[in-house]
Amino acid sequence: MAAALRGTALALAKGLGGARLHQLVSRPLSVSASLCGSEAPPARADSTFKVTMIPGDGVGPELMTAVKDVFKAGDIPVEFDEFYISEVQNRASDERLEKLLDSMKSNRVAIKGKIHSPMENKGELESFEMKLRRTLDLFANVVRVSSLPGYSTRHNNLDLVIIREQTEGEYSSLEHESVPGVIECLKIITREKSRRIAKFAFDYATKTGRSKVTAVHKANIMKLGDGLFLQSCAEVAELYPKIKHENIIIDNCCMQLVQNPYQFDVLVMPNLYGNIIDNLAAGLVGGAGVVPGESYSAEYAVFETGARHPFAQAVGRNIANPTAMLLSAANMLRHLNLEYHSQMVSEAVKKVIKQGKVRTRDLGGYSTTGDFVQAVVENLRHPPT
Amino acid sequence: SSFHGSVWVQMQTVTLIPGDGIGPEISAAVVKIFDAAKAPVQWEERNVTAIKGPGGKWMIPADAKESMDRSKIGLKGPLKTPIAAGHPSMNLLLRKTFDLYANVRPCVSIEGYRTPYTDVDLVTIRENTEGEYSGIEHVIVDGVVQSIKLITEDASRRIAEYAFEYARNNQRSSVTAVHKANIMRMSDGLFLRKCREVAENFKDVKFTEMYLDTVCLNMVQDPTQFDVLVMPNLYGDILSDLCAGLIGGLGVTPSGNIGANGVAIFESVHGTAPDIAGLDLANPTALLLSGVMMLRHMGLHQYAAKIQTACFDTIKEKKVLTKDLGGNSKCSEFTTEICRRVQDLA
Repeated sequence: MAAALRGTALALAKGLGGARLHQLVSRPLSVSASLCGSEAPPARADSTFKVTMIPGDGVGPELMTAVKDVFKAGDIPVEFDEFYISEVQNRASDERLEKLLDSMKSNRVAIKGKIHSPMENKGELESFEMKLRRTLDLFANVVRVSSLPGYSTRHNNLDLVIIREQTEGEYSSLEHESVPGVIECLKIITREKSRRIAKFAFDYATKTGRSKVTAVHKANIMKLGDGLFLQSCAEVAELYPKIKHENIIIDNCCMQLVQNPYQFDVLVMPNLYGNIIDNLAAGLVGGAGVVPGESYSAEYAVFETGARHPFAQAVGRNIANPTAMLLSAANMLRHLNLEYHSQMVSEAVKKVIKQGKVRTRDLGGYSTTGDFVQAVVENLRHPPT
Repeated sequence: SSFHGSVWVQMQTVTLIPGDGIGPEISAAVVKIFDAAKAPVQWEERNVTAIKGPGGKWMIPADAKESMDRSKIGLKGPLKTPIAAGHPSMNLLLRKTFDLYANVRPCVSIEGYRTPYTDVDLVTIRENTEGEYSGIEHVIVDGVVQSIKLITEDASRRIAEYAFEYARNNQRSSVTAVHKANIMRMSDGLFLRKCREVAENFKDVKFTEMYLDTVCLNMVQDPTQFDVLVMPNLYGDILSDLCAGLIGGLGVTPSGNIGANGVAIFESVHGTAPDIAGLDLANPTALLLSGVMMLRHMGLHQYAAKIQTACFDTIKEKKVLTKDLGGNSKCSEFTTEICRRVQDLA
């Protein structure tokens, strides 16, 4: 399974293949020992992987501290290049973006908190996060929604994957006031990007052994736009005869998700519907604090939480749940081929959740972020045999 | 007017549109129950198949329009849209004819029809004329399509005013505007600004704003935190169906459409269910609850409460339930049971 995911990541990151391989080859041979799997003891790497870190706004910095603490305790050979970028705090200039891009070009992998998009129209229609996504061409957002063992919600044993096209659709930031009081907002759908995300979805389904891909749309109303999306998905589906392809209208999909979410496997959709369904599905398994997510482009991989909220009301109160970010960090380690360390972190987190003694407020407990990190660190030092 | 017990009550005319598929049978059920409750409603049945008027424009039949303009209140069953008929959907036609700008869906958990979500009690109010459903789309070059989302000041103000008035008239404590103004800064920004402006005139109702994704996240975890939600077209479509799913689906959800000239059409939002049409298996709950909504709109609260209690009690008892509610009674049996309870409550 891990190998399959690794395969996916490598298959997608075309540019990654060249640069990364070179990096790996130039490292001492001891690193390759970590590829042997969980039986071999962890190899002490003589050099570390460099990853770009963007803490973001709200509780982002606290969550990043949690990740750093866990990595330090687990002796994980990853070094972070930190970039403090924020649109609401006016730290989102073009120079900062340039520096960030340079870092991304050499590291290729990033871990990121949410960069909050303010509502006030300061003249810029495009939020910084959108700009970042478009510049890096992070077209695919993958959120793996799985129920956590030991924490029951209204729907248990869920296992869905939500794949969202992230660069066009309703978030095109093309708006204008035709006459005072009448505003048009353009939603752009292109065949090229629709095909690309559909192919990504089917490739992902193939590599991870999934059986069905459902396209979510509103083509009965937006006949041309979503119709094009649907058509592109159907065209790509023909190349994958082993994977079942269906489609469902967004409002019916939302209704079905709260009544019977087990009928879905992999869902693929344009931008706005993805935002809605990501959050809905995250709510089904426990909220924004427990679902990890990642964004891919052909060259980069960015790891973050599944439901992206700055959660400003929790800042400084030490109550945020670091589960999502830690699980995402574990996914990042897998992407970097540090399989042993990845397992170590994710097992520790899942064990703490399953034991149920240390739970943050969103899961119904009273523990602080610090308590939770402490518990995870304890479980790292005494890994389950 | 008619003599009810000891007082003369003015009979009000309501245009009844039975619809297609199971429409006629559930409409008949509702008429029977209203009869049993002695509600002062006089039904005028009309058909709304689209006809081509002068000038080639599709419109609803003249007698239907005339009846509705006169009575101002309508109750509608499900309508089918034949695929290759050449005319737009009937629902769209009705919406355009009467300028039905607000779609109101109260979602209340039905005791006796268990879903994983209990204690849901919220109302979604959706702007129904513009937004993402403006229908303005074009292919710019081959492979690139542009859909236009239209937000206007007038429509936003109108829906916000309706939402606050609804909250005031129905003793609801707060109105939440749902939007994505952090991404669609101009369009949703305008919608939000209008909501804020209107909120100033309704200081007795609490006004909050929430992002659409936050609403979705919180709705599936704790729906009790929401009261009245007001939003543009697409978000409203999705959220109202989401909320319907929380209480049990479209078979038990009422819906009302409010128009500009005092016209209000209440309808069931499920489909025509052609596979069970005519077999006496349909569930009239959605249309019945829409009828209850209609009575409340008309000010006939007493009758509304009676019929609603009878309906909910029947479902709670679990003895006589239609198939979709988990029982195996017929539609007529279900209807008779509700009529019996209504008469007992009188």
